[in-house]
Parts: sequence; structure tokens; C-alpha cells
Amino acid sequence: MKRWIAFWNILIKDMRAYYLKPPNVSWGLIFPFAWTGMFFIKSGGGMGNVLSLLPGVVAVSILFGTTSMLAVTITFEKRGRSFDRLLLAPIPLELLMLAKTSGAILFGVANAFVPIILAAFLSDLSKVVWSAAIPAIVLIAVASTFMGLLIAVSTTEVFEAQTFSNFFRFPMIFLCGLFFPIERLPVFLRPLSYVLPLTYGADILHGAFNANNTILFSLDFCALGAFCIFLFALSLRIIKRRWIL
Amino acid sequence: MYSEGRKKVNDIPNHAISVEELAKRFGEVQAVAGVSFAVREGELFGFLGPNGAGKTTTINMLTGLARPDAGNIQIAGIDCTGNPKAAQHFIGVVPDESNLYPELTGYDNLCFCAALYGMQKKAREARARELLDTFGLADVAERKFAGYSRGMKRKLTIAAGIIHNPPLLFLDEPTTGIDVASARRIRQLIADLHLAGTTIFLTTHYIEEAERLCDRVAFIVQGRIVRIDTMAALLQPIQEKHVMQLAVLNSEPTLTDKLATAFPRLTFQGLAGGLIRVEAGQPVPVGPLVRFLEDRGAEVIEARRMQPSLEDVFVQIAGVEADAMRKEKEKKGGVL
Repeated sequence: MKRWIAFWNILIKDMRAYYLKPPNVSWGLIFPFAWTGMFFIKSGGGMGNVLSLLPGVVAVSILFGTTSMLAVTITFEKRGRSFDRLLLAPIPLELLMLAKTSGAILFGVANAFVPIILAAFLSDLSKVVWSAAIPAIVLIAVASTFMGLLIAVSTTEVFEAQTFSNFFRFPMIFLCGLFFPIERLPVFLRPLSYVLPLTYGADILHGAFNANNTILFSLDFCALGAFCIFLFALSLRIIKRRWIL
Repeated sequence: MYSEGRKKVNDIPNHAISVEELAKRFGEVQAVAGVSFAVREGELFGFLGPNGAGKTTTINMLTGLARPDAGNIQIAGIDCTGNPKAAQHFIGVVPDESNLYPELTGYDNLCFCAALYGMQKKAREARARELLDTFGLADVAERKFAGYSRGMKRKLTIAAGIIHNPPLLFLDEPTTGIDVASARRIRQLIADLHLAGTTIFLTTHYIEEAERLCDRVAFIVQGRIVRIDTMAALLQPIQEKHVMQLAVLNSEPTLTDKLATAFPRLTFQGLAGGLIRVEAGQPVPVGPLVRFLEDRGAEVIEARRMQPSLEDVFVQIAGVEADAMRKEKEKKGGVL
């Protein structure tokens, strides 16, 4: 119970101090809105094309929303030594890092629903398989957050974390099949697609919104889950090795 | 939780901290080299040393922020060597730099720190208010931490360290970088905590602070403890000495050598600013000394009897000029 008091308060503190600040709220709204508008205009396919664009903008909104925030909530606090205060608290490191990342996961999920709500006004979403889409959105948010965590704990400066994030984010957008089908990628790049967590998330979203997934949902979910566990475990290992000297 | 913590540690009859052969290396630097000591329950234990002596590294290992390369640590009877989390309920830590959250108010910072120790909402709110009153920060409770003065930040950081009422408190340089009045107030707060039964592990480079507050002191130099003893035992040999300081104008460089030849039973040490320190096992004969100096063209403008202090012990044992140590530290922004 006492551990959960700590967990809850770390989450609430981060929400108040970071995620619910006006610049981040506006970023969370404007960014997905801009992505949606940009792809909608670029596609030139009219209202009927909204559903085909949705998986891409949803995934990109989650990816950017989560990874951007971790650089601040983790790297910044580590730099200012306030993170030491958390490390000194009598809570397991695993629970502490889950508390620190939960805010980003919720922020990512909230970001995902901005384009979905917009799409609801422009298109018919009655055929969307929500039972697959919603867990996929949550898992993409978890995997992206843990990827952001891995980057945040591997760097020492906020700008380093931001730069390092872009190094992963931009190639991933174009390699994960969100906007270009993996089959249309050069042969030598295709294996790379399958070591990216977003590939599996994007496949579920394509299936849930447009029924054109290429991998079984069960496999996609297993792969995403495995990425989440791997990224979290690796981040914890780095924290133990580099932060607790 | 905090009341439970106090009860458990009080049940342990031995030491609040017990450390054996603790060692830590950072690359080529042996930061701590086989340190052993024990701190008794309820004791105010001073850990003194110059910059880079290994004080903060030792605290980090004791509190779980650093992993020892070798040695054993027991906190409140719990073996924490491999599992530093095991005793974190019992300890409060005040780091050498104030590290609370700049975007939160003083009150919110304290409530948040209390929550980290699992305190319920009502209990942590009441405790936060109580500490804000105790530390004279009630008026600025709703001000963001970033807007606090350095002294206020230090006080709030100490309050955060004791928010869960820990039976064992680590204080790392608590008065560094703050004004005289705030430092005095903090020293009084530390003394009050000690009186209330809290075991305190205090690192400081202000030797007078340790002298005023501590029951026992360990001197650490280059990662090794060179002496541990009670204040009385440390001061006893030098208190038998008579020390005088002469302020002299127009002194020549060889004056202390000439004095030593003329007064073989006295020890002379030339200090900066024309000061000469005189030590003897019996009262220092001021008249002959002054006449001797004036005969050689020097003008004695002041002769002051000095009370031997822990600083003298420190210089004697550690071979480090306490004054130089303090000045180096104060470059970082501190005044005593």
C-alpha cells in the first residue's frame, strides 16, 4: 500500500509538473492535429482516405508525444539531482521507473485520441475493430515510452536525449510500414523493419482501422509485449550500472 | 511508517551504522580505501575531511546511491551491502546540494517527499505544516522552491530529509553556501534533532561546526580514516598546550628561526599576514618575546591568547590546513 502511495504521487507530481503544463497540452493537441492535416492534404484522397491515414498519424502522435517527454522528466531530473531523491526512497527501482513512465504512457494515449476524435467528425469509424485498436494504442504508448526511457537513461543532457530520440524516431516512421508498406521497401531494409516495435503496432492499427494487417494480431501483440519488456529491462540495467555507480 | 521506523531501530541495541573495510574506486582514483567505523544510536557523528577526501562517496554508499567495491555496511542492524533498499525506510538524507523540485512549492515539495515514504495524505500534510513552522518557512510555504533564497532552500532540504521522522539522518555539508544567520539557525536545528534522539551522520568542512555539534569525529583524508575519537579525547592533549598568536609588522623572513633559537622551549610557526603562532607546554612569556621582536625592528601590534581547537587537532592529524580547506570550499559560494 505504501509503495502505491509513492507510485501514485510520483505520477501525479509528473502530471502536474510536466504533462498538464500549457505548452505540453498544446503540443499534445497541435502536433497530432498538424500531422493529420498534413497527411490528409498530401494524400488528396478526400474524406474516404481518412481511415487509411489514421494508423500513421495515431502511431506518430504517440511516438513523438511519449519520447519527447521522457527526455525532460528523466534526464532533466537526473541532471538537477532531484532524481536522487527518488532513488533514495524505499521503493523498488522497477516500481519507481514505472511511476516515472506512467505519465508519458497516459500522455501518449491521450495524443493518440486527438486524430481519432478528429477523424470521427470526418469519417465513419463504425467498422473500426476497437478491441484491437485500443490495446494496440496502449501497447504502442508503452513501447514508445520505454524506448524514450532507454534513450533518456543513456544520455546525460536533455539536448542529447532529444537529438538521440530523433535519430531513432524519424527512420522508424518510414521503416515501420505506417506510410510505406514494408514490401515496397528495398530488400536490405526489410529485416530492419522487423526489429522495430512500431512495425507491429502499425500492423495492428492497419488491421483494426482498415482490415489490412499482414501479421496475425496475436503475433503482433506478443512482439510488442516482448519489446516492452526488453526495453524496460535494458533501461533498468543501465540505471543500475550508470546511475548507481 | 515513520513511527514504525523509529520503533524498529530503537529495538536494535548496537550501532545505527556499522561499516567495515568499505572501498570505492572511480577509474584511477581510490575515493574510499578500506574505511571502517561505527556510529552509535543517538550519536551525532562528524565526518571531517578536505574536498575529495571521500566524504560524499561514503555517504552515497551508505545511502544506496553508490555501490561499494568492497566492504560491509549495516544500517540499523540490517545488512545493506548488497541491498541498499533494505534500510532506506530508516534513513533521511540531506545532500550537499539542495535538490528539491523547483517547480513545486515548499509545501508541495514536503508533501511529495513524505509520499515517497508512504505517508498517508493527512499525516504528510500535518507533518509538512509542522516542519514549515519549525524551520520558519510557513510564510513562504506556497512559494515555488525555485524562488527561495539559498538559506531557505537549505532549510527546506533539511526538512525534506526528516519529513518521515527518520531515526538516522545523513547531513552532507548542511551549512555550506549559506549566510551566517541561516547557518546558525540550521546548527540549532541539528542540535535539536540530536537532542530529540535522532542519530546524525554529519559531514562538514567547517571544523568549528563539528566541534560545536558532534559527540565523536572521524577525520578522513585521501579516502582513509586517520583518526576517530570523542571530542573530549581529541581536544584533551591540545588543551594542555598554551597557544598565543602575535601580529607583527616589519617582520623579516628568518624571524621565527631566530625566535626558536632564543626560546628553545617554545614552538613558533609563521602564518600568513605577519602572524606568528607560539605554542608552549606552560604559559607563554609575552614580555621577553615582545622585547626580543622589538629589538630586531619588528613592531608587535597584538598578542592574543588562543583557545586550542579541533582545527588544531585536524591540522596536526590530517596534515591539511583547515583554513585552506575552508577557503577552497567557500569559492563554491559558502560563508560560515
